[in-house]
Amino acid sequence: MANLNLVQAINLALSQEMERDDRVIILGEDVGANGGVFRVTEGLHARFGGTRVVDTPLCESGIIGTSIGLAMAGLRPVPEIQFEGFLGPAYDQLCSHAARMRTRTRGAFTVPLTVRVPVGGGIHAPELHSDSPEAIYVHQPGLKVVMPSSPYDAKGLLISALRDSDPVVFFEPKRVYRAFREEVPEDEYTIPLGKARVVCEGNDLTIVSWGASVIQCMQAIEKSGKSIELIDLRTLYPMDIDAVEASVSKTARCVVVHEAPLTGGLGAEIAARIMERCFLQLEAPVQRVAGFDTIMPYYKLELDYMPDSARIGQAIQDALAY
Amino acid sequence: MFGSAIGPLIMPITTAFKTEIERISILDEHGNFDESLGKDLIPNADLVRLYEAMSACRFLDEVAFKLQRSGRMGTYPQNMGQEAPSLGAAYVLTKNDWLVTCYRENCGLFWRGVPMESILMHWMGDERGNAIPRELHCTPIAIPIGTQMLHATGLAWASKYRSEPHIACTFFGDGATSEGDFHEACNFAANLEIPVIFFCQNNFWAISVPGKIQCSAPTLAQRGIAYGMPCIQIDGNDIFAVVYAVKKAAAYTRATSKPYFIEAVTYRLADHTTADDARRYRDQAEVDIWKQRDPLIRTRDLMKKRKLWNDSKESDLQERLGKEIAAAVARAEGIAAPDRTDFFNYMYSELPSDLIRQRETMHTHSLGQDPSQLPAGAAMPTATAH
Repeated sequence: MANLNLVQAINLALSQEMERDDRVIILGEDVGANGGVFRVTEGLHARFGGTRVVDTPLCESGIIGTSIGLAMAGLRPVPEIQFEGFLGPAYDQLCSHAARMRTRTRGAFTVPLTVRVPVGGGIHAPELHSDSPEAIYVHQPGLKVVMPSSPYDAKGLLISALRDSDPVVFFEPKRVYRAFREEVPEDEYTIPLGKARVVCEGNDLTIVSWGASVIQCMQAIEKSGKSIELIDLRTLYPMDIDAVEASVSKTARCVVVHEAPLTGGLGAEIAARIMERCFLQLEAPVQRVAGFDTIMPYYKLELDYMPDSARIGQAIQDALAY
Repeated sequence: MFGSAIGPLIMPITTAFKTEIERISILDEHGNFDESLGKDLIPNADLVRLYEAMSACRFLDEVAFKLQRSGRMGTYPQNMGQEAPSLGAAYVLTKNDWLVTCYRENCGLFWRGVPMESILMHWMGDERGNAIPRELHCTPIAIPIGTQMLHATGLAWASKYRSEPHIACTFFGDGATSEGDFHEACNFAANLEIPVIFFCQNNFWAISVPGKIQCSAPTLAQRGIAYGMPCIQIDGNDIFAVVYAVKKAAAYTRATSKPYFIEAVTYRLADHTTADDARRYRDQAEVDIWKQRDPLIRTRDLMKKRKLWNDSKESDLQERLGKEIAAAVARAEGIAAPDRTDFFNYMYSELPSDLIRQRETMHTHSLGQDPSQLPAGAAMPTATAH
């Protein structure tokens, strides 16, 4: 057991899986000697060599496109896209090919790749280094989408993703990378994809969130003094809507919190699912606290864009007062 | 490399790099045969088989066109005139080398062992046509332009990673060389030393857009120079030139683990697809010139010259192909309709519970909700207030 931050937990998961399975290879920009711009792959190049930790040319579509070929041939590539803002050039390969290869070939080929992507704001980064595009990839059938909020979950979820037979987009919230440490077992463990975590139990209201926003939610709950249940979805597709239903059926009120823009965001999907499943139990409309439908501002104003404990607290009050 | 490239402030004018593009033609449209390159390249028995394969592909193409026109098949891209490039590659490469195609490589796919009915079913809108066995080492028809070159690079990379001798050969058109993925694939393969043959079928037309809008240089082959690849231009309607070039490229690629670029100059004798009308943008005179350059005609003439072929063998062949292709059409059309839930079944290795629910409720009034609901079309129960 070690006290690790999220970067270290992911590094540990990568090195243990590479040790265990020589089909796992890492590729991307600056992932080699440099250890990645966030140092997530630090030490892996020295340990596993340049054939398994591969610095590629600077081309995101190429990184995902070649990963598809590697995966079709039976390897387990782990491409890194340096920031979520640069996932766009690889969108075609991810959505037109990785997501569809299993159906296109009726299972003859699968694409077991896990693309790691740092995501979200809050670290004073330049433009296109702070966005939250997860809903776009959840909307694409054939992909799985994961976003942990803690070191412990990150290790267990990443190992599950690496062993999964289907393509996984593994978003890593930058704001959490070095925000805190927690006990992370050295021993092998997995956290199944598609299972949410109840962060804290409560009876008055349910908050559903994921990624860095989970931490803002915890602060808001503490300030509220209410008995609030917090669900961290952890996997965004497939989504553990049963966990949401179980909680909202008990609390009758729900606030969804995400950093991504409001319109077409996952909050809308979650609210619709709650309507379908818990309509008769609901005491208040589902509240959404989200980023705005604007371009993510430069960092001087980024905290005005991202949901914080004050905005979440207001939504809690609104839902409880209804 | 650039970081250390600090030269003197004043440099003499010299030539930094100079090259030329070799063009290979062995059997030309007039029947001239270059013995120096073509002797013993293709044994006579193989030449007959290759001709029969091109004829089969051509026959299927004509049948497919009629199927589309009579409403029995959806949009179909004819291969007519472009039989030789993929066939020559499939003939030279081993069964463990990857063929990574777009959609005008039927001839090579058939040679590799893909059943004709699979291709027909694909264009008949039946996904079961894509169920190509893994051991054929063919990827499914790629619809987006140029994207498959990166898959070929990844597939060949995996062979290299496992120290296997297999290479990949990927096909694309002149239009694809304008795509970013073309550059990324060439750059990736060249710099990471991945054994891929980049095989460009330059057929002059990307639907209606002529080659000059894709490339201002005199050849497409020279695009490969920028990546440090050997590049060659060949007569793509000359099966001998194709076999010559692919043998050379495969030997180089296998020995060095580096990529090789082939530009095969050919011509799309038909429309882009059955949804296209090429008369809107190109002259019939141009098409007529290329009809004289048909790969089948010159191959047949050579076989006759070598006493390998005659009119009676030709009519026997056409009769045999007629029967075989009618049988393939019958298999493609005769297959039982897919299960109506079929398109759910290959989404993930294990279907998520939400998709199982959507599948169970797909024919009820409200998708994804209560599986106990009535099927769509059934009378709704009288509404009751909650």
